[in-house]
Amino acid sequence: MTNPTQQPSDIVAANEVALHGVDEPPTQPDVAESAGPSRIRSVVKHILLVAAALLMIYPLLWMLVSSFRPTAFIFREPGLWLTDPTLDNYAQGWFALQHPFSQYLLNSIIVVLGAILGNVVSCSLAAYAFARLKFKFKNVFFAIMLMTIMLPIHVIIVPQYIMFSQIGWVNTFLPLIVPKLLATDAFFVFLMVQFIRGLPKELDEAARIDGCGHWGIFSRVIMPLMVPAIATTTIFTFIWTWNDFFSSLIFLTSPDKFTVPLALRAFMDSTGMSNWGAMFAMSIVSLVPVFLAFLFGQRFLIRGIATTGIK
Amino acid sequence: MSALSELGKLKGGRREEATDNAAGYLFLAPWLIGLAFITVGPMLASLYLAFTDYSLLQPPDWVGLENFERMLGDRRLHNSILVTFTYVLIGTPLQLALALGIAVLLNQGMKGLPFYRSVFYLPSLMGSSVAIAILWRQIFGTSGLVNQFLTFLGVPSPPGWIADPDYALGTLVLLHIWTFGSPMIIFLAGLRQIPTMYYEAASVDGASKWTQFWTITMPLLSPIIFFNVVLQVINSFQSFTQAFIVSGGTGGPSDSTLFFTLYLYQRGFGQFQMGYASAIAWLLVVIIAIFTAINFIASKYWVFYDD
Repeated sequence: MTNPTQQPSDIVAANEVALHGVDEPPTQPDVAESAGPSRIRSVVKHILLVAAALLMIYPLLWMLVSSFRPTAFIFREPGLWLTDPTLDNYAQGWFALQHPFSQYLLNSIIVVLGAILGNVVSCSLAAYAFARLKFKFKNVFFAIMLMTIMLPIHVIIVPQYIMFSQIGWVNTFLPLIVPKLLATDAFFVFLMVQFIRGLPKELDEAARIDGCGHWGIFSRVIMPLMVPAIATTTIFTFIWTWNDFFSSLIFLTSPDKFTVPLALRAFMDSTGMSNWGAMFAMSIVSLVPVFLAFLFGQRFLIRGIATTGIK
Repeated sequence: MSALSELGKLKGGRREEATDNAAGYLFLAPWLIGLAFITVGPMLASLYLAFTDYSLLQPPDWVGLENFERMLGDRRLHNSILVTFTYVLIGTPLQLALALGIAVLLNQGMKGLPFYRSVFYLPSLMGSSVAIAILWRQIFGTSGLVNQFLTFLGVPSPPGWIADPDYALGTLVLLHIWTFGSPMIIFLAGLRQIPTMYYEAASVDGASKWTQFWTITMPLLSPIIFFNVVLQVINSFQSFTQAFIVSGGTGGPSDSTLFFTLYLYQRGFGQFQMGYASAIAWLLVVIIAIFTAINFIASKYWVFYDD
């Protein structure tokens, strides 16, 4: 959605419009305050916020800077000033495991793309049914769908593992992708239901009069209008799947199938303790896609959270 | 606003539309298959396995309540419950208090709101990643970043943090608090729904900002606070990655970071005691259900609904 050539300020501005719109009330004005004390107060607030922001972001910046330092420095240099930057850590880390890091990145990309495709297609189909169609037991299913949002994965992971191992899917990407094709990430169904409910029904009617069936209405009217909800789903699916450690740990066993989080963990268990520099470098590599998704998708992320309260 | 309020709405009246079962079930087909094979089927299987002894090598062996009796005497399980409760009951309130505090501060017409919002939000997208857990392991290591600062400040012998059973869990709580950004966004969205005229009227009446916070902001925001509490409690009971990575999969030192889910993983996928692991998983479901029920019951006394 967001053009990569846009300036960050454009994104921030777009963000503001997307989030606050024009019809929402302005923020609370400081009615009773005069210029003098309110100015001091505002400065104090900003100092507090800047301090908090620095504290929050310091570990990330420090890891980034440290990834360009020799390992020995990592335990000596708590500051952010970088002298003699080196790419050694990246070169070492890339080839530190059995396979080059590109292999793990590729594995993660395959899983992420599969998950995104699965979530977008299956969740939008289910959402259309819940939001626009009337059928028997709809409310019962809708309630069940909402409840599955809160179901801990741990209660189904053991039988899932047994099932997938019996059909020979363990150590393939299928257990990580196929459930997404079946709309098991119910919060996205919910997000899309909310979105479709906000679209005027007259559009459906008009399409029906023009001879569209449900498939036509869904594919030609609803889907094109649902782009913001699809974008939110895509970005969240991307970040969550990219970070996902638990299910990869359960279902992927051989190093050539490892996703990035598993590779990092393997790295830490083998040589990591003696080579923090390289481990930091690969950690940074693993965080860059998340950061980019955040940078270019934050307006969808923030709107997604604000409207459904998903994580 | 939320899945929770949706559940409540279902009981309300429904509008009449033309029934179209065929199309409805066709569109719902992927979800229905998923519900049957990925969610409900495995749930029932898990319930059955909880009453069996099963190691994957031989067929499940029905043992009745043995797994549950075994839980009563399982010290590591009791410890893992204690660790998880500590984590949830300390981490979640602190995280939400910070999220609310910063959101209220940001909502007072702050310049640079988008910047602060982004900086505070970013960690919550990364907090569950292995990379951040690795970073935490270094920062709170014996000679890690924190201790470099403490040594620099002249603290003689700072603790080993993740190596010290007294502090290890604390570092994970801190990591949890660090991800306050996403509840903060939800609070910000809620704060924007409060009409400004309430504050204007209160100001005219001479109410201080502090009074305004407790008499206007808190009651009107209470449904959203409630929603965040329910959501964060459910989520933090399921935390796994951070404890796994920081402790190297052991839950150590001295089981001080042995989260419930980590113990479940060790039993199920370390020792392949699938029956016992399933029983433990159901205990988790029951615990989460009880906490959620308590939240809902308590909400009657402090959550204020406008309508």
